[in-house]
Amino acid sequence: MEDEEGVGAGMTSLAVWKFASCDGCQLTLLDCEDELLTLAGQVTIAHFLEASSQVLPGPYDVSLVEGSITTPADAERIREVRAQSGALVTIGACATAGGIQALRNFADVEEFRSVVYARPDYIDTLATSTPIAAHVPVDFELRGCPIDKRQLLEVLSAFLVGRKPDIPDTSVCTECKRRGLTCVMVADGTPCLGPVTHAGCGALCPAVGRGCYGCFGPMTGANLPALTGQLRQLGMEERAVGRVFATFNVTAFDGRARNESPR
Amino acid sequence: MSHRARQLRVSSLARVEGEGALRIVVADGHVEEAQLEIYEPPRFFEAFLRGRAYHEAVDITSRICGICPVAYQTSAWNAIEDAWGIAVDGRISALRRLLYCGEWISSHALHIYLLHVPDFLGYPDAVALARDERAIVERGLALKKAGNAILELVGGRAIHPVNPRVGGFHRAPTAAELAPLAERLRRALDGALATVTWVAGFDFPELEVDCELLAVHHPAHYAIEQGEVVTSTRVAFPPRDFLDHITERQVPHSTALHAEMDGRRYVTGPLARYSLNSAQLSPLAREAAAAAGLAETCRNPFRSIVVRAVETVYAIDEALRIIGSYDRPDPPAAETTPRAGLGHGVSEAPRGLLYHRYELDSEGLIRDATIIPPTSQNQAAIEDDLRRMVSANLGLDDATLTTLCERTIRNYDPCISCSTHFLDLTVDRR
Repeated sequence: MEDEEGVGAGMTSLAVWKFASCDGCQLTLLDCEDELLTLAGQVTIAHFLEASSQVLPGPYDVSLVEGSITTPADAERIREVRAQSGALVTIGACATAGGIQALRNFADVEEFRSVVYARPDYIDTLATSTPIAAHVPVDFELRGCPIDKRQLLEVLSAFLVGRKPDIPDTSVCTECKRRGLTCVMVADGTPCLGPVTHAGCGALCPAVGRGCYGCFGPMTGANLPALTGQLRQLGMEERAVGRVFATFNVTAFDGRARNESPR
Repeated sequence: MSHRARQLRVSSLARVEGEGALRIVVADGHVEEAQLEIYEPPRFFEAFLRGRAYHEAVDITSRICGICPVAYQTSAWNAIEDAWGIAVDGRISALRRLLYCGEWISSHALHIYLLHVPDFLGYPDAVALARDERAIVERGLALKKAGNAILELVGGRAIHPVNPRVGGFHRAPTAAELAPLAERLRRALDGALATVTWVAGFDFPELEVDCELLAVHHPAHYAIEQGEVVTSTRVAFPPRDFLDHITERQVPHSTALHAEMDGRRYVTGPLARYSLNSAQLSPLAREAAAAAGLAETCRNPFRSIVVRAVETVYAIDEALRIIGSYDRPDPPAAETTPRAGLGHGVSEAPRGLLYHRYELDSEGLIRDATIIPPTSQNQAAIEDDLRRMVSANLGLDDATLTTLCERTIRNYDPCISCSTHFLDLTVDRR
């Protein structure tokens, strides 16, 4: 990541772009019911197809990018978006890690295509789903599947005034402790990815007595070997341990396992 | 002029969920092509669900759509519980229905106020509308927020809820936690009733869908989260027979698949639900519908905004009823014991019927999955509406006609993110 301060500072125009995704992260912007009209009063929302049929020409001070790159046309389009954007902020697991659709990276995409479509030749798709940062420089990455509304507002506020967003790179455990929740893994023996997962959701799953399932991807310095050992000890069989990391942030967990595993 | 070939094209449709385009070709005063092109890139959910554990279907299929995740979760657990013959406690069913009401309120408010209303009032978006009518847009946002409040409290999160699971919930909220929600919903009900009155006063182009209507029906109440499938020609069948009646076909211009029922075109969504089940709406919602000029059926897609407004009233009314008689389920989920089986599930996503089918092995791993979302079922009907609107309005200039075509598509609240990339039982009739 580059120096966030200065890039896109004093934002006056905002663009929102979609690539392969579920629309949930850009919906998070519309879910800011109390702040949306205030934000629209402070910046020009110049390109946001989900919400407006008015498209203003670039350049744009800040672009929010949702979704991953899965087609040759999108690989080209993200370059055009980058060229028109002061700061480019990726929002959500698809944009930051390739999303759940990156499971194809570990399978035979030809087989995938023929499972879903009778005429696979109509479908133009790449063999991989890759994060935006694999294609163009990214100024800030906001994690989550979906992203958290408060964190999105924090990032937008930071760009409005030209400061660095305050998004702590700690684990879900820290949020759990701050909420005063009982540890589901220690107290109930429930498998939980909290110790290795990037904070941001506010420990939603432990709050309902469920183990974290990794929506925000790995935090920096996540100790995966220690956690996988713990998961096995709690009785999870090998394939199940593999599956819990192979979801919305599969490429990020996989990369972390390769780089940081002592094996 | 009459021999001039005209081509209308919108390369990126706005105010819809996902990526689509529109292409109309008119030659000699005749509409030769009317295509809703869906170019949303495929994400292959049905393929990678193979080999996943049954309980993951709820979390994974939720990610198909950020606008209607509860619909995906519900159809998924309905199918898995069907495979294993699990009948959940009525208290769990009620809580699930409450959760789904939250999604209807939130999604309908989003579509009415942020995506659809600008069409009727000539604004590019709700932000522009708010410059003239701030209080009205704020009313819409407050409604949406009330729906999200249900999703957050019952589901744990508004987008991709974390609390629901196969069998029920990880944790059921207490009655005391639901009480403040009821307060907020009572206020939202006024906003929803005002919305019906407001949208009923819009101008609606003439158009009538003449094909079959298909919706979920439940004997006890206006169907949302479970039931059987019924149609306007009185065909009725259980979810397990869905694929005997519905076939999907791939077309070159779309990554979504076109659906037919017994070889005929059909429509699913608010018009179908209302026309087939309106007698089951609550007295308050029925009153609002009558005051808005709706008869017992409604086949004009442009009036779907009125039906959505009425359904929003109903969903709030129903949520209040459920909270009012809430009895906390304990345990919050039914026991689930994996075994081999085949199950089918349907539910009414805000934009129409959503079908899931799972084949499970003895360990509860998914061997095969089929998902049929509402927008791909409606795609053929949308194109038919386009053909008829263009034919009837050839005298309009290109810009006006194009705008009318975009409106015709938005009537269906198409969720293009959902509709793309599905199915493995395709019949190719080329």
